[in-house]
Amino acid sequence: MFLINFLKHNLLRTETDRPMPLLGQLKLPKDIGNKFIKIFIVPFIAFLLFLGLWGVSATQIETSLGTVPGPSQVWEQMVSLFNEHKAERVKEQAFYQRQEARNAKKLEEDPNAEVRIRPYTGKPTFLDQMITSLLTVMTGFIIASIIAIPIGIVSGLSTTVHRAINPLIQIFKPVSPLAWLPIVTMIVSAVYVTDDPMFSKSFLNSAITVTLCCMWPTIINTALGVSTIDSDLINVSRVLRLNWATKIYKIVLPSSIPLIFAGLRLSLGIGWMVLIAAEMLAQNPGLGKFVWDEFQNGSSNSLARIMVAVFAIGFIGFFLDRSMLTLQRKFSWDRNAIIR
Amino acid sequence: MSHSYLQLTQVSIEFPTDTGPYKALDNVNLSINKGEFISLIGHSGCGKSTVLNIVAGMHRATGGGVLLENKEVFEPGPDRAVVFQNHSLLPWLTSYENVELAVNQVFKKQKSKAEMHDWIMHNLELVHMTHAKDKLPAEISGGMKQRVGIARALSMEPKVLLMDEPFGALDALTRAHLQDSIMEIHADLGNTVIMITHDVDEAVLLSDRIVMMTNGPAATVGNILHIDLERPRNRLELADNENFNHYRAEVLKFLHERQAKKAA
Repeated sequence: MFLINFLKHNLLRTETDRPMPLLGQLKLPKDIGNKFIKIFIVPFIAFLLFLGLWGVSATQIETSLGTVPGPSQVWEQMVSLFNEHKAERVKEQAFYQRQEARNAKKLEEDPNAEVRIRPYTGKPTFLDQMITSLLTVMTGFIIASIIAIPIGIVSGLSTTVHRAINPLIQIFKPVSPLAWLPIVTMIVSAVYVTDDPMFSKSFLNSAITVTLCCMWPTIINTALGVSTIDSDLINVSRVLRLNWATKIYKIVLPSSIPLIFAGLRLSLGIGWMVLIAAEMLAQNPGLGKFVWDEFQNGSSNSLARIMVAVFAIGFIGFFLDRSMLTLQRKFSWDRNAIIR
Repeated sequence: MSHSYLQLTQVSIEFPTDTGPYKALDNVNLSINKGEFISLIGHSGCGKSTVLNIVAGMHRATGGGVLLENKEVFEPGPDRAVVFQNHSLLPWLTSYENVELAVNQVFKKQKSKAEMHDWIMHNLELVHMTHAKDKLPAEISGGMKQRVGIARALSMEPKVLLMDEPFGALDALTRAHLQDSIMEIHADLGNTVIMITHDVDEAVLLSDRIVMMTNGPAATVGNILHIDLERPRNRLELADNENFNHYRAEVLKFLHERQAKKAA
């Protein structure tokens, strides 16, 4: 009964493609059934099929690290990675407690004693790597957006600027992150020299590589959006003699919001792919390094652990795109637009 | 020195094309008094919109020029507000905000916040749109959008109000309503108006003078018809009015006999 009520409230309400049937002709169970099948059952069956196919075919392939893991081994490794993370946190806490006790004791004996607080140097866990990767990709992506949106706007507004920078964009756009990485690494280590670095070099390397690879779609789409503004709206701004800041804020930005977001979403997707590759190649901390380390480690669990990472990368990519979508819905003025 | 309010003197314009320059307008002369309602009528492609754009400052005449209160016009500005054919409201702003954008721009330094608010509401009131002030353009009908567009133009207190086929995209009933509104507003405020139209009845009903243009290329003023009908005018009474029908016939004759489009 509870289930029926739940379905009634959550499924029927979203029904917009068909008019509500009249109360007399209402065939509740059937309608709910159809909707339920469409929304949940179909993807669920597809997923089960995928798991089955994977499980069966995996056992057929023998590698030097044992058979290719099936779904159950991957699940096991996911649980064990999570447990390792928890264990590591317990160890870390114990370390800090011991250190604190030691320091307190030292100060008790001699109030002028110099106490040193050492950071915990345990190996980063899978979850740590995930968070590092997320931070890095967001940093790179935000820098890219800050650079790309203004460039896109200027190049959309001025044909001359567009002609000037378009060849550069076309040349740099297809360059692989693996080609940028050595250059970025060398430049960062040459330029970023401080005694007390706020960011580690590896973090900067990865973030800048992400920036370099993911700003192009945003530039191109922003420029397209800006250059296709309705000319009547531009005429309105001419009649009103809007200054450039007002013109951009009131007319140019709102009317190119859909394409700017299309660009941003492409950029973020590319940035996330690039980051994993950069981390692998440069041994910068993050999910890419985790994959590489597991590959080098070559234990019988390695393949399953790498697959956990594959799923994590996929889910995070999906989550990032959904977040951008939510953001776009927030910024979109067009209530009738279909955003997906 | 001319004494008319708005003076077009020997205005001509050429547009560069792949096959050499195209002369759209040639030797257009027109002097308009303050408070006059002028209609420009002619076949499509005859350069009516170009005349309007030159007065608005969107295009620069390649010969001759436009004087407004004895000052040459050479860029767009709020003293020559334009009502565009397709309303051109910013779709992300409500009716109120669309008018506000114009009011902010024109009266930023002269009016206080409260005064500006009153002024926006006053202009929305003029076009009977206060009830939809918080609606986005997508949520109101075509006629309502055009009303807001007119409110936006009026709110700039323009010296000349330029209307480019303002009712062209509307159905006949809505158009009649808006024409009545325009007559009311013109009677109240005494604006100087130039309106482009295809509609002979509309031109005769609204105008003090109808400027009939010859066909392009090198279009120019073919004839000017003074409409000597008493204001306020009422469309129902005028339907049987002899003078009204005479003026109407004059314009029709000009368009369909003297300037008949060849093989249109």
